[in-house]
Amino acid sequence: MLKSNSRWVGLSFRLGAILLALLFTAIVILVSNANPIAVFSNIINGAFGSVDNIANVFVAWVPLLVVTSGLLVTFAAGLWNIGIEGQITLGAIFTTFVLRSLQNSSVSPTIILILGILAGIVGGALWASLAGALKIYGGVSEIFGGLGLNFVATAITLWLIFGPWKRPGIGSMSGTQPFPDTLFMPVIGELRLSIWTIIIGVAGIILVYVLLNGTYFGLRLKAVGKNMRSAFLLGIPTNRYMMLSFLICGAFAGIAGALQVEAVYHRLTPSISSGYGFLGLLVAMLVNYQAIWVAPVALFFAILNIGSIQLPIVLQLDSSLGGVLQEALVLIVIMMEGVRRRLVKKE
Amino acid sequence: MDIELKNIHKWFGKVHANDGINLKLPGGTIQGILGENGAGKSTLMKILSGFIQADEGDILLDGKAVKITDPASSLRLGIGMLHQDPLDFPPMKVIDDFLIGQAGGLIPNRKQALQEIMALEQQFGFDIDPETYVDMLTVGERQQLEILRLLWLGAKALILDEPTTGISSSQRIKLFETLRKLAAQGMTVIFVSHKLEEVEGLCQRVAVFRRGQLVGEVKPPYVTSELVKLMFGKAVTLESRVYARSGEAALTLSGLSIEDVRLKISNVSLAAQYGEVIGLAGMEGSGQRQFLRTLGGLMRPVDGKILLGDRDLTGKPYHFFLDLGISYVPAARLEEGLISGLTLTEHFILADQSKGFMIDKNKAQQITKDRISSFTIKGTPASQIEELSGGNQQRALLALCRDPVKLLLLEHPTRGLDIESAIWIWGKLKERCKLSTTIFFISSDLEELLQYSDRILVFFGGKVSQPIESVETSVEQLGQLIGGKGF
Repeated sequence: MLKSNSRWVGLSFRLGAILLALLFTAIVILVSNANPIAVFSNIINGAFGSVDNIANVFVAWVPLLVVTSGLLVTFAAGLWNIGIEGQITLGAIFTTFVLRSLQNSSVSPTIILILGILAGIVGGALWASLAGALKIYGGVSEIFGGLGLNFVATAITLWLIFGPWKRPGIGSMSGTQPFPDTLFMPVIGELRLSIWTIIIGVAGIILVYVLLNGTYFGLRLKAVGKNMRSAFLLGIPTNRYMMLSFLICGAFAGIAGALQVEAVYHRLTPSISSGYGFLGLLVAMLVNYQAIWVAPVALFFAILNIGSIQLPIVLQLDSSLGGVLQEALVLIVIMMEGVRRRLVKKE
Repeated sequence: MDIELKNIHKWFGKVHANDGINLKLPGGTIQGILGENGAGKSTLMKILSGFIQADEGDILLDGKAVKITDPASSLRLGIGMLHQDPLDFPPMKVIDDFLIGQAGGLIPNRKQALQEIMALEQQFGFDIDPETYVDMLTVGERQQLEILRLLWLGAKALILDEPTTGISSSQRIKLFETLRKLAAQGMTVIFVSHKLEEVEGLCQRVAVFRRGQLVGEVKPPYVTSELVKLMFGKAVTLESRVYARSGEAALTLSGLSIEDVRLKISNVSLAAQYGEVIGLAGMEGSGQRQFLRTLGGLMRPVDGKILLGDRDLTGKPYHFFLDLGISYVPAARLEEGLISGLTLTEHFILADQSKGFMIDKNKAQQITKDRISSFTIKGTPASQIEELSGGNQQRALLALCRDPVKLLLLEHPTRGLDIESAIWIWGKLKERCKLSTTIFFISSDLEELLQYSDRILVFFGGKVSQPIESVETSVEQLGQLIGGKGF
């Protein structure tokens, strides 16, 4: 009786949080001398106004979905994988390396693309394993280790773009020389969207759902995350499980990086991760680490991202307004969760 | 300063930690407060020093009723408390440690403070450099620092909670000397301890606590056996005991030495038999926990050997111990035994040694139902573990032990449980003994130790007694050993 009751309470708190976030954003918009209704309708229009726009929403959805899937695994183990951004970047770098090395060979493009994704997995997992080793053997919090590794990953990217992999003539912030279009992932019609990326993204979240909810591995991972001492005494090799969670999350990040290279940018750019790693952390927190909610909430975030792109053109507002709404949402939902716990405790 | 406590009550949930305490503490004396762990003596001292508030009752200082709301207000009234673990700031300088507690003022007057500290040090013959860092000091010196600090802040009554736990014997002599000097100057000194010898040697009056009540006030000359009787209550007639020991050595310890930052246990040799129960007695922090953790593979001995049957376990990792059938059941159930947020079923799945990848939910349900009924756990398979009562959590913890278990190591297996649950749990444990499991357990309940152990080891400050046959000993003898007499 109490259970179902608290579930309804939880849901109403969440809905209340969304309303509050919209209100807060509306105030921000009013302060910047614009009409909130116009802004919100523009965001909706920007996301759904044309087939192109809708396709672009899904282009943004896939990396967010993949990254959040991976993050659920580290969160299950009680780890804050802030280094996710660097892991995406390293995945993209490894993928770029494979594509560059094989683009003039006689290997079939399909094989090259698959090898590229595998390389991305290796790159992401490798970078995550560094954060894991720092945490487990060096006693460095994964938050600080990950943050540091993010900077290193960015530095490596810039060095490659302006150094060894620079365009013929002069290096440019727009990235490396684009690959020939035989190495583009096949897209749907004239759109930027590739059906393969969607298949990979959906398969990924299903895999994580099954892993966390149906396997011994997932349950042990949760045990490690909830109480490491008890888990250890129960006989779970806690260090190994933490490392595995980093490797899995890194692999997912690497896939996201690989897809950014193969299906979106077709080259390595300085900010190849596009902030999807950090956004994924927000999505994971917003869904309270429940895999079942990741796909819809990630889609909502993608809509806000794509929808706000045209704000500067139409309303002379900065496109970061979409970000304001996203972050306000997460903060307020988390805050409401704290308020709810407080109220429930008092009863 | 005269302190008077009138009808002090304090409840923690259902536990009546202080039950109508009336106590007068005259100035200029050293008052001993004696009692077992959990007898309520620390609770009373925390009330007096403002860490917690009494639910009922009055505190009178020099005849005037006062309200103590927090440690700062207690200190303003002249009551200073020296905690078991020094409450100082190890990365800071001694002088800064002093200035932190000083009330008021924007800019501390270091020069004046320095002079006053030096004067106090001279008075008591302490030798602490105010410019050194606190983490460079020994525990004994940190205690001296804390005493000086409280005096400097104007304390007229000093509470010392188990102050001799971590210090050397020469430092202890120095501490006692200081306390006598302070009492001679009119200070009220309250000395909380479970060590009979110290209380007898130092205190001019002793108040004895048991189960939240003040059970007696004693003045010298002290009779040890009377103090022991007051502390532990009278021995209750025991039910028939069950013995299952086989005579064949299961676990052999030879020359085992254990060391951690607090204490050192050296050269323990013992052969525990299949089906035998060995009780570990001693006040908390006397080394029995370190000993038990070493047997469970959670600490590595610095010297000596551990053999199970004829397999050498010395220096092997915890999981190796576990795989051989050695189970460790901690006292802090929700901290290091169970996992809050997971259900009973999930716990049994975790403890099950399945090799598969996907969880077999039907099998898990079956195991859980079986265990719930055979361990009479009041809860459903979907109950979150933290929703269960303490007794049921303890049952769940025992139900999680692997089968077969060769060596079962238990910290306080019945602490906080009602008598019925305790008897039930021991019934289960004795069943295991008949299947030749060897049990080691820590307890602070002497009757439990006498009732269920075949042999008892008493720990005192890292020293370990010879194994005592439980049929040949008594509450009195154990009480004396626990208090450090007769080693």
